[in-house]
Amino acid sequence: MKTLLALRINGEDRDVLAAPHKTLLEVLREDLNLTGTKHGCELGECGTCTVLVDGLPVLSCLALPIECQGREIRTVEGMAQGGELHPLQQAFAELGAAQCGYCTPGILLTAEALLEEVPTPTRDEIKQALAGNLCRCTGYTKILDAVELAALRIKGART
Amino acid sequence: MKKDRFSVIGQSLPKIDAWAKVVGETKFADDLLMSRMAHGKLLRSPHPHALIKRIDTTRARALPGVYAVITGQDLPRVKFGILPVSQDEEALCVEKVRMVGDAVAAVAAVDEETAERATLLIEVEYEPLRPLMSIEDSLAHPEVRIHEYGDRPNVHKAVALQFGDVEAAFASADLVREDVFFFEGNTHLPMEQHSAVAQWGADGKLTLWSSTQTPHYVHRLLAKILDVPQAHIRVVAAPVGGGFGGKLDPFAHEIAACKLSQLSGRPVKITLTREEVFYVHRGRHPVLMWIKTGFRKDGAITGMHFRSWLDGGAYGSYGVASTFYTGALQTVTYQIPVYKFEGARVFTNKPPCGPKRGHGTPQPRFAMECQIDKAAEQLGLDPADMRRRNLAEPFVKTANHLTVTTIGLGECIDRVVEASGWRQKRGALPPGKGIGIACSSYLTGAGTAIYWNDMPHSGVVVRADRSGLVAVLCGATDIGQGSDSILAYLVAEVLGIEPKDIRVHPADTDLTPVDLGSYSSRVTLMAGNAAIQAAERLRGKIFDAVARKLETTPDRLVASDRRVFVDGDPDRGVDFAQAVVLAESMFGVLAFPGSYAPPKRAGKYKGGGVGPSPCYSYSACVVEV
Repeated sequence: MKTLLALRINGEDRDVLAAPHKTLLEVLREDLNLTGTKHGCELGECGTCTVLVDGLPVLSCLALPIECQGREIRTVEGMAQGGELHPLQQAFAELGAAQCGYCTPGILLTAEALLEEVPTPTRDEIKQALAGNLCRCTGYTKILDAVELAALRIKGART
Repeated sequence: MKKDRFSVIGQSLPKIDAWAKVVGETKFADDLLMSRMAHGKLLRSPHPHALIKRIDTTRARALPGVYAVITGQDLPRVKFGILPVSQDEEALCVEKVRMVGDAVAAVAAVDEETAERATLLIEVEYEPLRPLMSIEDSLAHPEVRIHEYGDRPNVHKAVALQFGDVEAAFASADLVREDVFFFEGNTHLPMEQHSAVAQWGADGKLTLWSSTQTPHYVHRLLAKILDVPQAHIRVVAAPVGGGFGGKLDPFAHEIAACKLSQLSGRPVKITLTREEVFYVHRGRHPVLMWIKTGFRKDGAITGMHFRSWLDGGAYGSYGVASTFYTGALQTVTYQIPVYKFEGARVFTNKPPCGPKRGHGTPQPRFAMECQIDKAAEQLGLDPADMRRRNLAEPFVKTANHLTVTTIGLGECIDRVVEASGWRQKRGALPPGKGIGIACSSYLTGAGTAIYWNDMPHSGVVVRADRSGLVAVLCGATDIGQGSDSILAYLVAEVLGIEPKDIRVHPADTDLTPVDLGSYSSRVTLMAGNAAIQAAERLRGKIFDAVARKLETTPDRLVASDRRVFVDGDPDRGVDFAQAVVLAESMFGVLAFPGSYAPPKRAGKYKGGGVGPSPCYSYSACVVEV
């Protein structure tokens, strides 16, 4: 039995007919073709599938879309605005913070939520915020560098 | 490249695929969606060791939404394995399972949920056998055999190599140490679970998209496994979301997807769950090690005798190579004039181990570096100085016939000692704190292919046309290490253009020349040299054509800043795109190959193919805890 879900994703209203037990991760990838959101464990342990719901990081493998109706869902596809990359995306590309790139969408969104709340985080605050996102390629250093660079640029653009 | 200065190489540049990765555009294998695509699931054994008495798929076939159900009986009855010497795997086990997670049947259905439900309707009757779960267990019970082949019951491979008289070497030593170490195994844990999409076309030709580090080896083996001519199979490696050696074998899900596609007439995707990735494994072997080494007072090594026992798990995989690797690279860091090695890989009823990062060399390195520290302490030597004094020599063959070319280990040691404050801190830290050093070395590409042959290890085609486009075609697979970018950088450097001007088309067995795969740190050196050769051939033709136009000689031309011009006279030249037009007008289609094969340095002994490399990389590390 399928249910009609009224979702708001990346600023667009998307109606989708899906089984009510499907996770947000599955609906995003399989029903809405938003494959930028990845899966690493589907158990809530690796952070790969992170999306933002009302600005907060949520593990889409543990969230039900039915609970996300009427809320603002943001995936990696929604980060760039009008062809302009988000400063985090720019910094991740420039500094080699995306190697295989598989954990990258989840980390970008988690970092975006952090910078919204704490515009100039310390290194420890960045580490704390990203503690739930696993990366196997980079050793994290470049990821932390990239978040710092993006924070500086956002701050520079604001002042 | 005969250049004094590089314009691309040496720069810190974004990877060419970074932009797609940060916006979510990159299509990993599980991101591929096709019309009419079915989803597949494997049914896996819950027993570590059991005979299969009966499989009944009737109820699964009857489930609405199921397109096809297969068991091992539906596949050609051939065993396979990545190494020619260990053909011991089946995609779907027919008579016996050897580990929890061995696949016994597969289903394709309208969606993943239906496929999974169908697998639960398959009835399998097992007769459990005694499971052997450790090296000791397997050796103690030769009457319980996991495989019918091997050097002894439950011993997959036993090897013994001797280079010189170790007993005499120990007799001449001031200190002889015997130590035992055990390295617990581990797994790769790439963030991307393995995934494959197969499409068996109506024309009888098969295409497989897969998250694999070795499309060429998968291509080769699929032909054997499916009994289809290799020329009718196309394997495309999707961008790989982390490999680390865990995506180097042909796997059950790839093979099952192909067969299910043939039977259902639909593309079939199988994506593994995280749990299944642990069953697929091919991780770093647990290794039990015994080392006996003779040292002189000054720390010089007189000789070493090394024994290793590898817990191989249920199948061969790369295990014969792994076994030799546990004894191969001891000799390339420090001088070991006399060396003896004995190794044995033991089958157990656990997921098979394989070629995880460093492929059998990190375990002995751990043991050896620990023992050197113990010896240094006993001899009253500084562990860093002791290592520094006894470095392997450049351009000299080691005891086990490996050719060390250049060696940067001394500089590595100097740098970490300096940067860490080793001299001040060693012995001066408070109780509970300590500082230690270790060194290591690894290949820059294996000197031999998985199957011995005289063909190139890497091939590249560089193509240019009147649009100014340069396309680079290479079988190498980008697993996050940046191989696509390296190819673009090198070709851009040779042609005097920007990496952005180049499109790299990787890892498609229909379109790209063979590259053996992304393993053993080989791609930059091997595919890189092939790319340089191809680009230089293209540049040669471009220079010939431009020289005629400018009424000069090719040797006076340079390619730089997206132009081809007379050296020292930049105004006398043409834009790169115009240069290509001139060359295409003179020579026709511009497509040039490059190949690379490493120097043949395999030692003339059994196992001599494991360890040789065009050159070795070195590392040193100081850690304070």
